[in-house]
Amino acid sequence: MLDDASLQALALTLRLAATTTAVLLLVGTPLAWWLARTRSWLKGPVGAMVALPLVLPPVVLGFYLLVLMGPNGPVGQLTQSLGWGVLPFTFAGLVVGSVLYSMPFVVQPLQNAFEAIGERPLEAAATLRASPLDTFFSVVMPLARPAYLTAAVMGFAHTVGEFGIVLMMGGNIPGKTRVMSVQIYDHVEALEYRQAHWLAGGLLVFSFLVLLALYVLQPGRRKGPGA
Amino acid sequence: MRPVDPAAGVAGISASFRRAFADFSLDVSLALPGRGVTAIFGPSGSGKTSLLRSIAGLERAGSGYLSVNGEVWQDDAAGVFLPVHQRPLGYVFQEASLFAHLDVARNLDFGLRRVPLAQRRVPLEQAIELLGLQKLMQRMPGTLSGGERQRVAIARALATSPRLLLMDEPLASLDIARKAEILPYLERLHDELDMPVLYVSHAPDEVARLADHLVLLDAGRVTASGPTRELMTRLDLPLAHGDAAAAVIDAVISAVEPAWHMSHGEFSGGRISLLNPSLEVGQRVRVRIQARDVSLTLERQTGTSVQNIFAATVTALSADSPGQVMVGLDAGGSVLLARLTQKSAEALQLRPGSRVFAQVKGVAVLG
Repeated sequence: MLDDASLQALALTLRLAATTTAVLLLVGTPLAWWLARTRSWLKGPVGAMVALPLVLPPVVLGFYLLVLMGPNGPVGQLTQSLGWGVLPFTFAGLVVGSVLYSMPFVVQPLQNAFEAIGERPLEAAATLRASPLDTFFSVVMPLARPAYLTAAVMGFAHTVGEFGIVLMMGGNIPGKTRVMSVQIYDHVEALEYRQAHWLAGGLLVFSFLVLLALYVLQPGRRKGPGA
Repeated sequence: MRPVDPAAGVAGISASFRRAFADFSLDVSLALPGRGVTAIFGPSGSGKTSLLRSIAGLERAGSGYLSVNGEVWQDDAAGVFLPVHQRPLGYVFQEASLFAHLDVARNLDFGLRRVPLAQRRVPLEQAIELLGLQKLMQRMPGTLSGGERQRVAIARALATSPRLLLMDEPLASLDIARKAEILPYLERLHDELDMPVLYVSHAPDEVARLADHLVLLDAGRVTASGPTRELMTRLDLPLAHGDAAAAVIDAVISAVEPAWHMSHGEFSGGRISLLNPSLEVGQRVRVRIQARDVSLTLERQTGTSVQNIFAATVTALSADSPGQVMVGLDAGGSVLLARLTQKSAEALQLRPGSRVFAQVKGVAVLG
C-alpha cells in the first residue's frame, strides 16, 4: 500500500503537526487574549500580522523565513550565537515555519471566543474572589472550550497540508523534513501515481473528515456563552 | 450572624468618589450605616450603578475613598486600592451572570471555595435554604427561569460571607410575578443575616419594603441621605410625589380577629386595622399607606365603611402633579401623606397647623 518513504513522511508529518499545534495553543492563547482585550493601537497591526498567512503565498513566507533564519540572516546570527546552529533544513525550523503559517487558524477562533465571553463573567468571577489568572483558567478557558477544539483541529489539519514553506526552508530531507505534501510531489515527479494517490487521497479524506467533525459535532459552537 | 468585629473602630460605611464619565460625572460623599439595607434610589442615568461599581472596585479612575466598618478598601490619596477580588464583598448584577459552564451547585461553590475557612460566616446550606434552591442544585444555568437564576446569583454572593453585599437592581430584569417570588427572600435576607446591603433600585415599592436607609441620587450627586421613612415623606424630595408616594409606619399587633380575617395594630397615631389574619399578637409589622389611599375630613366621619381614621395635623402642603397637592400629616408623631386635588384642599382651607382626620382606604403589610 504505502512504501517506506511514504510511511516515513506520514510519521514526520504527524509529528510536525502535533508539535506545531501544541506550540500554537501555548503561544496563541496569550496572543489571542491580548488581541481580544487590548485597546492599544498595536491591536490592528498585530492582528494583521497574524492574519497574513491567510493571504500570503506560503512560498513567500518560506522565502523570507529562509533569509531571516539562514546563516547570514539576523535570526540566524542570533541562533548561532546561542549555539543552536541555523534552523533552515531542520525539524525545528519546520516547526517555526508551521507555527507562523498556521497561526491565524488557532488565534482567530480563540480571539473570537474570548471576545464573545465579554466583560461580565470576568467581573462576576472577580467579585467571587478569583484573581485574574484564576479567572482565566476557571472561567475563560472552560467557556472557550469549543473554540479550543476548533483551534486545535484547524491548526493541526492546516499544518498537515503545508507545502510551500516546507519546500522553501525545509528542503526535502527524508525522515527530517520530507513531509507528506512534499512526498506526494516527489511521487508525481517520479510518475509513481499509485503512491501519490494513496497519500493525496488520504489527505483529502482526512481533511474532509476533520471539517465534517467540526461542523457536525459542534452545532452549537456559534452560540454565545449565555446566562 | 455576629457583627464583623465590635472593636473594629469606626462602624459604618464611608464612601466618596469623584469621577468623570462620558456623559456625566459622579461626585458623592456618603456616610452610611454599617448594617441593614441602604437603598440607592434615583432615575436611570443618575449614577446608581456607577456608584456601586466604584464601591466594588470594578470602576477605577478619578479619586475615591472607601472604608467598610473600620477597614479601608480604597484610599486613592494614600495609594491604597484593593483589587476587586481582594474585597470581601458580594455583588449581584442586574442580570444573574451565572457561569454558563457550571451547574448551580458549582456556581454556588465558585466563590465559597475561594474564601478561607476562618472567614466563612454564612453556611452554604443557609444560603441555599434562604433562597429555596434545594431542588435546583444539579441544573445548568441555561435551563433556569430568570427568577431562579437571580436567586442563585444572590445565594452565590452570600456564600462568600461578604462584609458588604452590593445589589444592582437584582429584580429589574424580572417581570412582576418573578419579582413577587424573590422579594420575600430578600426580606428574609434582611431579617436573618447581619450584613450591610447596598441595594440599587428605581422602584419605590422595593425601597419601601426593603430599605432602612435611603440615598437619593440625581445626575451623579447625592440629593438626600437618611432613614427611609423620613425621606419618603419629605415633601421637598421626589419620592414623596406622584402615584407611588407612600408613608411607612411601624405597628405592633395587639389583637387578631380570625373570623373577620383582620388584625389590629397599635402605632403612635392610634389603632390600625389590617386585612391579614396570619399575624400574631405582639408581632412588629411595617405598614405602607399610599398617599392616594388617604382622604381628609375636618370632622370625624361616622357611618363610613372606612375603618382606619386617624386624627392628624397638617404639617405641609406641596404641589404635586397638575391639579393635585400632596399633604404632609403628623398623626401622633407618625408621618402620613395624603394626595388630594387642589380643589378639595382649597375647599377644606388646609393650611399647616390645620387639624384634620385622615381616612385610610387601604394599607399593605410589608412584613
